[in-house]
Amino acid sequence: MYTPSIIAEAVVNGLLTGAVYALVALGLTLVYGVLHIINFAHGALLTCAMFAVWALSDGLGLNVYLTIPPLAVLFLCLGYGLQRWVIGPASHGDDGNTLLVTLGLSIAIENGLLAAFHADTRTLSGDAAFDVVELGPMLLSRPRLIGFGVAVLVAVLLWALLAGTDAGKAIRAVAKEKMGASLAGIDVRHIYALTFGLGCACLAVAAGLLMPTFYVNPRVGNAFVLVAFTIVVLGGMGSVPGALLGGLLIGVVESLGGLFLGESLGQAGIFVLFILVLLLRPAGLFGARA
Amino acid sequence: MRFPSISRRAALRGAAATSLLAAPSILRAQPASVKLGILQPVTGALAQDGELGRLGAQLAIEAINAAGGIKSLGGAKIEMVFADARSNPEAATQEVERLQAEGVAAIVGGFASPICLAASQAAARYNLPYIVDVGVADSIVDRGLANTFRFAPGFGMFTSVAISNLAKLNEAAGKPIKTVVLVHEDGLFGAGLAKLMNTELPKIGLQVLETISHPTPARDMANVALRIRALNPDLVIPSSYYNEFVLLARTMQQQRIRPKGIYAVLNGAASNYRFVKEFPEAAANVMDCNHWYHPTNPLALAVKKQVEAAGKVMAYNVPLNYSCVGLAADAIEHAASVDRAKIITALGASTFAGHIMPYNATKFVGGQNQGAAPVNLQVQGSDIKVIFPAGFADAKPVFPVPA
Repeated sequence: MYTPSIIAEAVVNGLLTGAVYALVALGLTLVYGVLHIINFAHGALLTCAMFAVWALSDGLGLNVYLTIPPLAVLFLCLGYGLQRWVIGPASHGDDGNTLLVTLGLSIAIENGLLAAFHADTRTLSGDAAFDVVELGPMLLSRPRLIGFGVAVLVAVLLWALLAGTDAGKAIRAVAKEKMGASLAGIDVRHIYALTFGLGCACLAVAAGLLMPTFYVNPRVGNAFVLVAFTIVVLGGMGSVPGALLGGLLIGVVESLGGLFLGESLGQAGIFVLFILVLLLRPAGLFGARA
Repeated sequence: MRFPSISRRAALRGAAATSLLAAPSILRAQPASVKLGILQPVTGALAQDGELGRLGAQLAIEAINAAGGIKSLGGAKIEMVFADARSNPEAATQEVERLQAEGVAAIVGGFASPICLAASQAAARYNLPYIVDVGVADSIVDRGLANTFRFAPGFGMFTSVAISNLAKLNEAAGKPIKTVVLVHEDGLFGAGLAKLMNTELPKIGLQVLETISHPTPARDMANVALRIRALNPDLVIPSSYYNEFVLLARTMQQQRIRPKGIYAVLNGAASNYRFVKEFPEAAANVMDCNHWYHPTNPLALAVKKQVEAAGKVMAYNVPLNYSCVGLAADAIEHAASVDRAKIITALGASTFAGHIMPYNATKFVGGQNQGAAPVNLQVQGSDIKVIFPAGFADAKPVFPVPA
């Protein structure tokens, strides 16, 4: 029914979208893998980052991609501070409390943004968003290609950081055995906060990649977070390559599902895949067996 | 701690003195103000629309008060009692209870059909007059609630006007349009409209190639655009909310899909100045059949100026709420009372002409204003122009859109 070039284009579009999904999921999976908490404030923090990108780009006239490095650093610090001085102390070491604290944070952030920016939808105007790269018969959006490249790069960097540096080793140690790491002299609270900060930095990068083609309003993060949760479980909770491949897979499934079943029903494809993975590989594609 | 002791007699003397002092000021006071409930969703998914609705109501109340208030009540001022419908019918119902407790004379607003349905029903229990500002679902006025009035046109009227205008437009241009693709959001509004279009469009000689639905919020419109490109229709008819339509229009522009026309019905974006300002190329020549202010009414233009001075956009919510508050004030004026039954009678007999909509004479039948009608709009240059019907139009249609 569709020509092969349209199907190919849908697959590529899915990969491009999936890479940014993966980046959002990466932050979530990292926090889950190390802190063993589900961060309900993830969507609200993404919205926050998108507003920051919008403010810097629209207000100060900065190139949208140049806002990424300073915002990544800012969000690293913000995330560090949030975990170290808000979420950590407020939860009193109980995971159930953490859940509620992050949920509360998300409500506070969302309504804070609503109060500050009102409910208006904002977009970055500019011709760059409409640039296309012609690849044979395909017209690919340049901002999405850039998004794909940067998202993969960030995933690789994050993986290298976890595999190769001392901080990465400490993070992995805390993830595996908190008590043991603590006895070996690792400051667990510091590592928790650092991990949370890294998760937030991923969001800042994702925000910078999304803004050229997407819009922001105080509730926009929710559109991405449900899919990010799905990716995290699909890829294996806490797994970096799992999040990346899971994101790409979800992107392609969503895109092809949308093409063949219609956009509304296409979303169902994601969750059918999700249920299948839970049935056949409960630990996720890359998850360690419990 | 101990309070300084005051004897009972001293306290009584004090109370008596205060009441004596207070009494004359009550006698000379202004006529009691008339409380008017304004119900809008200013938080949640519909907050953007709710804010604009509130602005329209606020401007109308300021104008009415500045012009001397309700004259039949001795110049009583209108006092806005604002209620946040929080974008859901449950919250709206709770807020109606609160407005009832605060003693409002009537309620104006609601915006979304589900909110209007629930809120007007809750108000009906107290015989509290309810004026619907936007809600287009026909069931709002079909339930036979005596307290509910809709000033704007409903869904049935919209679709029949939209389709007959499309037929006329196509006829006048020498029938350039033969094939159509429908894109709609998968909720009550979009799906209902698409179903109707599927039965009505063949009757005016148009072939529907495909009906594409999408969820709200949609993260991506690339696939919808791809399918449109593959089908290559003459006309695209979208019925989605603001963000999704903007995404679709941008993606279509990016993918160089240029049909002979985009004809939206009740579309959140196609008649929104924000869209026109931010994406002039994607918005160029998009047509819409929607609510709109009267483009040559001096009062409407004055309101538009006020709205723009406040840094907001003149979306249709503003003039509709402005007009509905005017309608409520006019009814209270004629009722010469805040008695709810009298206000309802006055609304039923209303011939209100002080509104800023492109409507014929106001006449309510079963709660629906028979004078109301949608108009056809088109983005031309950096402006939104009324292109149909000719009596209200301020521009000629650009159709088919030059390639």
